[in-house]
Amino acid sequence: MLDYLLRRLASILPTLLLVSVLIFALQQLLPGDPAKILAGEDQDPAVIAHLQEKLHLNESLPVRYAYWMGGVLTGDLGDSVRTQLPVIDLILQKLPVTLELAVLAMLIALLIGIPAGVVSAVGRGTPWDYVANVFALWGLSTPNFWLGILLILIFSVQLGWLPASGYVSPFEDLRANLAAMIMPAFVLGNAIAAVLMRHTRSAMLQVLSSDYVRTARAKGLSETTVVLKHALRNALTPIITLGALELGTLLSGAVLTEQVFTIPGFGKLIVDAVFNRDYLVVQGVVLFTATAYIVLNLMADMAYFWANPRMRR
Amino acid sequence: MKLSPKVIAAATVIALTGLSAQAQALRIGLAEDPDVLDPSLARSFVGRIVFSALCDKLLDVDEKLNIVPQLATAYEWSADSKSLTLKIRPGVTFHDGEKLDAAAVKFNLERHKNLPGSARRGELAPVASVDVVDANTVRLNLSAPFSPLLAQLTDRAGMMVSPKAAQAAGDKFGVKPVCSGPFKFVERVAQDRIVLERFTGYWNKDAVNFDKVTYTPIPDATVRLANLKSGQLDFIERVATSDMEKLQTDKRFKTSRITEIGYQGLTINIGKSDRAKSNPLGRDARVREAFELSLDRQGLAQVVMDNEAQVGNQWVSPSNSFYAKSLPVPKRDIEKAKALLKQAGVSNPSFTLMTPTTSDAQRMALVIQAMTREAGFDVKIQATEFATSLNLADKGDFEAYALAWSGRPDPDGNLFSFHGCKQPLNYSGYCSPETDALLEKSRTLRDPAQRKKVFEEIAAKVLKERPVIYLYHRNWLWAYNGKLSGVRNIPDGLLRVSGLKMAP
Repeated sequence: MLDYLLRRLASILPTLLLVSVLIFALQQLLPGDPAKILAGEDQDPAVIAHLQEKLHLNESLPVRYAYWMGGVLTGDLGDSVRTQLPVIDLILQKLPVTLELAVLAMLIALLIGIPAGVVSAVGRGTPWDYVANVFALWGLSTPNFWLGILLILIFSVQLGWLPASGYVSPFEDLRANLAAMIMPAFVLGNAIAAVLMRHTRSAMLQVLSSDYVRTARAKGLSETTVVLKHALRNALTPIITLGALELGTLLSGAVLTEQVFTIPGFGKLIVDAVFNRDYLVVQGVVLFTATAYIVLNLMADMAYFWANPRMRR
Repeated sequence: MKLSPKVIAAATVIALTGLSAQAQALRIGLAEDPDVLDPSLARSFVGRIVFSALCDKLLDVDEKLNIVPQLATAYEWSADSKSLTLKIRPGVTFHDGEKLDAAAVKFNLERHKNLPGSARRGELAPVASVDVVDANTVRLNLSAPFSPLLAQLTDRAGMMVSPKAAQAAGDKFGVKPVCSGPFKFVERVAQDRIVLERFTGYWNKDAVNFDKVTYTPIPDATVRLANLKSGQLDFIERVATSDMEKLQTDKRFKTSRITEIGYQGLTINIGKSDRAKSNPLGRDARVREAFELSLDRQGLAQVVMDNEAQVGNQWVSPSNSFYAKSLPVPKRDIEKAKALLKQAGVSNPSFTLMTPTTSDAQRMALVIQAMTREAGFDVKIQATEFATSLNLADKGDFEAYALAWSGRPDPDGNLFSFHGCKQPLNYSGYCSPETDALLEKSRTLRDPAQRKKVFEEIAAKVLKERPVIYLYHRNWLWAYNGKLSGVRNIPDGLLRVSGLKMAP
């Protein structure tokens, strides 16, 4: 296992290097001159020229990449041209928010998705199965922004139970924090729960019809033990992969949900930066989330070892 | 136990201050996240809303766009209009306790002019030097007469920052700005909030009734409104036009509608690049006239803006004192449009209209397409993301471009940069030596009546060529807590926090 871990770790560096080249190169494909959009309404030629120089836009692409990478390697991701705020500060400001939202959403997704999947697989063809399937269909087909606005209208405007927006740090006021996070976390979790439910269901159906489950039943084990201990554990492997991928996606920011609930996370940061052609912010944040994504995947692979003893050999 | 009157009085004071402390935070919802909070470098409209609480200016404008004192209590032009003397309000300090005197004003005007990347350099270009006459008097020496200067000083070019803080922070000043406005900077979390707190040393502190102001950017108008309705915000700007009617009947809220000083227009490529020659609209002024005649501006304002706009045909609205009344908004006339097209020898002129991707802009383009089809026009709509469209416009790679301008208090700010030859915002490629001469002349005149006459001459020339077809002037739409009073409807669309008060 250690050997495997080391091999995987060794592959991270070249992957990240490739990712950095890709992020940089893809940005260059965006049409429009960053200096022009950053120059604002007045389009003062002197301001545009200054920004072009500041962003090294007059240099060749490899030189610009070298400027950026040189900074990254010394721990300096640069400053946002639009707001002057250092990119690393922006990331650190938003990381806890995005992390919390991702973890809460994932918790909600797991709490709903896996039990629903198990129930519908075990009770295949029963009304429970249909209820779970209808739920999954609703979760998959409901647009996040619509559900978000609907929830705000019901719980904030009509009932007044929850704040419509306004992120509060959990260290400041945990209650207010959870009140602000519960709706966006549910919106995100709901969609992922649906995906998890479908996958849990099909994995469970496959496992439940396998020989060893029949053997377990024949040994006289209780149905609960068979389903939860023997079947579910085996069915979990693909779900772990899926969960890690979904978590990675959540970490790169949930643009629409963040927009609707004005949660100051990565999604809003990246989208605004792309529209404003604030390149250093885009590059910094994407590089950061790419790293997080790769690490999460590695952790998911490690989790297989726990879930599936056969892989330990 | 008997309570002494002293104890009762003390308890009352504590209770009252406790009560008022709760009500003394003002929460404002913005439509966008502001850019850098350095008056020299700032480039966005929305940033100016925050500045109006944070950084006082030498001068200000009132509801009628009159120039009124702020940090400067009086101004005087020299007879040759080549120097402007400003009397600085005595006893004013910056948020860090530094004195705001003539030397500080000189420092600021020079910073605006010399800071690398300053967006104010162009606005103050004619200011050649600044003299400190005495502790509270400065003189701005101009290279040539420049009447829009006063209006420039009512905006970011007139904002004063603490010289000490500016020198210490260098080009990072915008991260923690230090000015002299009614509120001082506390913190900023990008895309989440900008927090300001009351500046106790403010020169006009009696007008300040809040301890704290928070600006929260919420781009979606529906969500912004939901936040106002659920009590998370006290004030929102740029309410969706479709929400206004219902809001006005809701007793819990008040609304403001103010005709903007900017405009919505269609810029036509008439000489910016070869593409001007490749389509009938850019090639022939008669086709442009026909196009304008096939538009029903009132209908457009009704469908696109729910009537929350004043129709217009010039760079200032018909209610502006500089509007040329001799050139009124033309009525829709399909027959005349068809006749003009026949004269020009094109029956079905076709061109592409580049528009922003917003839903308002899309709706506008569709209505224009439908309206002008009756006269025989075939308008193709090309929705283009903003940064890309700027680039295409600058290269002249477009035929017509739907472009809005947030406007400046002086007509010069809506005009010079758009219709002067080779000016940065002249996307149409319109260039006329006579117009250029008139534009220069307008800047040398100080008498409003004389300026108005020159602007009228310019309008006569420009409106005939139609490099820009002005459509309407949108209303700034605000909604706020019904208990909030003192909201001033100033046409620049910037909320002044001084004077606002929240009833208990």
